[in-house]
Amino acid sequence: MTTEPSPGPEAQFRAFLAEGRLMLQRSRTTGRYVFFPRIAVPGSGERDLEWVEASGLGTVYATTVTRQRPNPDGSSADYNIALIDLDEGVRMMSRVEGIPPTEVRIGMRVKARIATIDGAPQVVFDPA
Amino acid sequence: MARALRGKVAVVGIGTAGMGEAPGRSAIELLAEAALAALDDAGLSLAEVDGLFTATSVHAFPTLSVGEYLGIRPRFFDGTNVGGSSFEAHLLHAAIALEAGFCDVALIAYGSNQRTAGGKFVSFSEPYAWEAPYRPRVPLTAYALAASRHMHVYGTTREMLAEVAVAARAWANLNPQAFAKGPLTIADVLASRMVSDPLTVLDCCLVTDGAAACVLTRADRAKDLRKPPVYYLGAAGAQWHRAISAMPDLTITAAAESGPRALAHAGVSIGEVNLAMLYDAFTINTILFLEDLGFCPKGEGGRFVQGGAIAPGGKLAVNTNGGGLSCVHPGMYGMFLIVEAVTQLRGEAGERQVRPCDVALVHGNGGTLSSQVTAILGSARTV
Repeated sequence: MTTEPSPGPEAQFRAFLAEGRLMLQRSRTTGRYVFFPRIAVPGSGERDLEWVEASGLGTVYATTVTRQRPNPDGSSADYNIALIDLDEGVRMMSRVEGIPPTEVRIGMRVKARIATIDGAPQVVFDPA
Repeated sequence: MARALRGKVAVVGIGTAGMGEAPGRSAIELLAEAALAALDDAGLSLAEVDGLFTATSVHAFPTLSVGEYLGIRPRFFDGTNVGGSSFEAHLLHAAIALEAGFCDVALIAYGSNQRTAGGKFVSFSEPYAWEAPYRPRVPLTAYALAASRHMHVYGTTREMLAEVAVAARAWANLNPQAFAKGPLTIADVLASRMVSDPLTVLDCCLVTDGAAACVLTRADRAKDLRKPPVYYLGAAGAQWHRAISAMPDLTITAAAESGPRALAHAGVSIGEVNLAMLYDAFTINTILFLEDLGFCPKGEGGRFVQGGAIAPGGKLAVNTNGGGLSCVHPGMYGMFLIVEAVTQLRGEAGERQVRPCDVALVHGNGGTLSSQVTAILGSARTV
């Protein structure tokens, strides 16, 4: 028996990103949002997940600066890594751009943007 | 049933090899040296080992590799790998297997040549799709994020983090086997190179070589062996996430679940613990585990360690070998926690001996604050 090929939640999420859309899964019955994309709600197992467009708004939950050797031209190669709590109630790793990495603060409001990282669309954030 | 294991099995032998630097030696050679040293310590022969428990950073099928190398055909084997806390999990699994009669002599062993093999943290842990694009330095980034959150919520300071490294060094200075020695001040830690804010290079564990092993038997046999038995009193594990971005609250680890369960199985209260061996891959770990295990209230870990409180002569003996920060950290440090606890409970710790030392809490951490396994060990006076 063969199954019709159909993209799973991970592939669907990435396809949305490639279209420039940040989509999240939400359980129809519980209203709970899920990230990263899964086939069911973790812990309770509801399979009634639908895709909804994220507000893109969030708050910095934790932040660090990865320190690097400076670039050949002497400029800083340090970069930010942050955990962002989206307003929908899910958390993701990302980075805050547009300000020096040392200036990213916990509690800062941020807005999602889809950027290309290593040739693939990924979610990054700018100060809101 | 969990409680029924109390005092039924004991650690009867411990061994280490290649602590610090072991140029020219492979990971499995070091592991085998430690295993044979542990068997010799117990007065048992390799041929008697019929339970094998092992994990490394370089063997996909660790019980197969170690069984082949040492020529063990175990009746029971367990290669559980949950990172650095694997060996505390093995301790629990060995206790269950011994008591149930699945094996009679259990060997737990680990080895790594991470320092001389390249000096970088070695792991075959797969990249995590939802974090990898942002180039985290695993595991450093995760612990830096946790530290940032703890500082934000509880007012923990870099000076408090530094105090953990300073205490670890002070203990290391009393341990002939420790790798990093010499004076260390809070100012030294603060002035050292920042690697991932707020953690400096001295807030991070060492990268060393090293191997460690222990041997367990049931308590009736343990009494007749070469060294005083160190009894298994209780153990429990908990896991709430894999990746740091999936950790529910970066200031509360699953040690808050594993610790109370292990203590309950052991019939021990936190106030009875003479020695706390807490997996200190980074300075924030010690603070988190002091809180989550109940040595101090949540959020007070930073203030708890101030003023030399966990250093020699302080109010609680913590990481008396010098810890992952100053003694040894070859990638998966959990086995060394057990070795130090047994050394202390036997009264063999020399200059750094904790007195009295009848109850030791051993807490392993794995992944990025992911797996938490707590074990309680005791001297003959506790059973």
